[in-house]
Amino acid sequence: MKAGKPVRTYGQGRGPAIAWWGNPAARALIWQALLAIAVISLFVWAGRNVVTNLRASHITWGFGFLAEPASFDITGSLIPFRAGDSYGRALMAGFGNTLTASLTAIVIATALGFVVGVARLSNNALVARSASAYVEVLRNTPLLLQLLVWYNVVLKALPGPRQSIALPGGLLLNNRGLYGPWPVESPGWNAVGAGLLTALGLCIGLAAWSARRRREGKAALTLWAIAPAVLICLPLAAAWLTAGSLVGALPVTWPELRGFNVGGGVTLLPEFVALVLGLSLYTSAFIAEIVRSGVQAVPKGQREAGRALGLGEGPILRLIVIPQALRLIIPPLTGQYLNLTKNSSLAVAIGYPDLVSIGAGPVLQNTGQALEVISLIMLIYLGLSLLTALLMNWWNARMALAER
Amino acid sequence: MKRAPVLMAMTCGVIAAAANGAPASAGVLDQVKQRGELICGSNPGLAGFGVPDDKGKWTGFDVDYCRAISAAIFGDPDKVKYVPLTAKDRFTALQTGEIDVLVRNTTWTMTGDTAVGASFTSINFYDQQAFMVRARLGVKSALELNGAEICVQRGTTNELNLADFFRAHKMDYKPVAFGSAAETVRAYDAHRCDVFTSDSSALYAERLRMTNPAENIVLPERISREPFAAAVRKGDGQWFDVVRWVGFGLVAAEEAGITKANVEEKRASDNPELRRMLGVDGKLGSGIGLPNEWLVNIVRAVGNYGEIYERNLGENSRLKIPRGQNNLWNKGGLMYAPPIR
Ligand SMILES: N[C@@H](CCC(=O)N[C@@H](CS)C(=O)NCC(=O)O)C(=O)O
Repeated sequence: MKAGKPVRTYGQGRGPAIAWWGNPAARALIWQALLAIAVISLFVWAGRNVVTNLRASHITWGFGFLAEPASFDITGSLIPFRAGDSYGRALMAGFGNTLTASLTAIVIATALGFVVGVARLSNNALVARSASAYVEVLRNTPLLLQLLVWYNVVLKALPGPRQSIALPGGLLLNNRGLYGPWPVESPGWNAVGAGLLTALGLCIGLAAWSARRRREGKAALTLWAIAPAVLICLPLAAAWLTAGSLVGALPVTWPELRGFNVGGGVTLLPEFVALVLGLSLYTSAFIAEIVRSGVQAVPKGQREAGRALGLGEGPILRLIVIPQALRLIIPPLTGQYLNLTKNSSLAVAIGYPDLVSIGAGPVLQNTGQALEVISLIMLIYLGLSLLTALLMNWWNARMALAER
Repeated sequence: MKRAPVLMAMTCGVIAAAANGAPASAGVLDQVKQRGELICGSNPGLAGFGVPDDKGKWTGFDVDYCRAISAAIFGDPDKVKYVPLTAKDRFTALQTGEIDVLVRNTTWTMTGDTAVGASFTSINFYDQQAFMVRARLGVKSALELNGAEICVQRGTTNELNLADFFRAHKMDYKPVAFGSAAETVRAYDAHRCDVFTSDSSALYAERLRMTNPAENIVLPERISREPFAAAVRKGDGQWFDVVRWVGFGLVAAEEAGITKANVEEKRASDNPELRRMLGVDGKLGSGIGLPNEWLVNIVRAVGNYGEIYERNLGENSRLKIPRGQNNLWNKGGLMYAPPIR
């Protein structure tokens, strides 16, 4: 539309003057003010209602409960929690679990989604058909059902602890989890950690430096050849320097059968595996569709132009199609990541101690602070959503800038 | 100015919502009468306590309590809407007014009466928490459970007692906690856990749906007291009294020998206590806002406490839980009602 003369002609000096309430702009302003007043009174009313009802139930509002000790336990949280720790810490432990499961599932879902999305466009009918069957089945069954199925499949398929399957590398697998060796806190391992961080920093710095050199057309390092050496040698050297020798400097606990169960080492719980599996498969189906439509939206002419330049199908996809498709893919992808994170709260059905399971479960039950706990959970999810949106917008902006 | 009508509608809607939802000031009893229906928070499915039968009709010990309250108010036990609630949702449902009364094998605790905004009325079942294991495990006592993985339901007192027990005995364990009983039991049955813990009544009930009920045994230790009681929202004395005296009425009826079969006959008796209880003399019923024949209506509909027990949990049921502590006080149990006078 071209910008032309203002559409409104009355009330601007021409014709008879119109009363103020006849002016649409003024009317709109009044309605807006009224709406604002109404919304504010609704909130005030709701707030007072809450206060009255809480008082009638003898419930005191406040967040003091977060510091009080809780008397329940949580298994397998990244942030360790035992009975006697505070309710606040319990919520943190739940939050840590929500984050771990969601992030892992996001990575897997994205990888799977891209593969399946591209497969749907394959010229090979079998590949394309299987990919669309995958999408249809996963998208059209309820996620809760899928989680329960995965969980029960995981439990049923694996033997009990006494018949654990021994895997290479000292791993043990049974229906209580996947067990592996784990470092025992020691000066040696601390040095390894510090060395690893330094090596990472070094690699990132080198990468930035070489990228600049390359842009300037000067000789640069081929990073992939050096990085592994740096990442391995530096931590080991650090450990050797700290402990004086590598022998015995890096103690490890190995999983072994103790009493009822496998103890020692580190455990990946079946609940975690089932949750990540369910979330990533389900979400990957939606991502596949987004990827497919993104790729299809790139004009045919772009591919043809690529062919005319003599590029092969691989480079065409990598250099021409995907970069353009990404711009269409990223915004809806954000929505999927947010959905996945929110869906992770179905974890309670399969016994994974996520934020909602712990918050709405024992924390709310034993403190009675329903309003506080639920608002906290909502705030945390809101924060996560905003953060994800922010990151994705930033990425999106970067991709969009590539346009010339 | 296409937006103006939308804006207008929104404004009016918001004002209407604010005006409409004013807090109800009428007591719960009046609300129930006006609605013509009692809303009862119940168990989503625990054999003996609250389960739908093959026709989808709710049955069970707790369900009969809801029916007794309905009979006392309406003279009809079936004016009840059941809202199935898992352990972690039940108190919120009560707090928010979604239900009038919670009768759902819920343990009376001090937190329940204070922080959660509930008021527990009277105990309808005395229980204790116990452990179930597969006999093949060879465990004979709960004190041998160091290092075990234990399936438990989220948001129950069981989850807390479990932590207390292991802490007190300086033993280690790993809880695996689920949102619903069905999932908890399924996981234990799939050997995800070595142990399943719950109230012993629930262990009896849940064993019935395990793959091989007979292979599971209950260990002798009882690690807690679990007095189940009906709960109402705090702050409504009249409604509290109604629910509480329905409970007492059932026990008093058993002690006085009033049964479903003989209630009409007893009504014609000239025993002054019976005449008072059954509303022939005095105005006890109307005193708490019920018809004077409240107890007649209850017993006619569901029987007395003992009858409810035997039908749902005792000898006449699949659970066959001995009366034990739930017998009348004068028969070696703890069931005791203050005098109806
Ligand atoms: N009495 C305990 C436990 C009550 C409870 O929820 N018991 C379980 C037995 S496994 C139950 O009935 N669950 C049914 C459900 O939520 O699906 C309490 O009040 O916290």
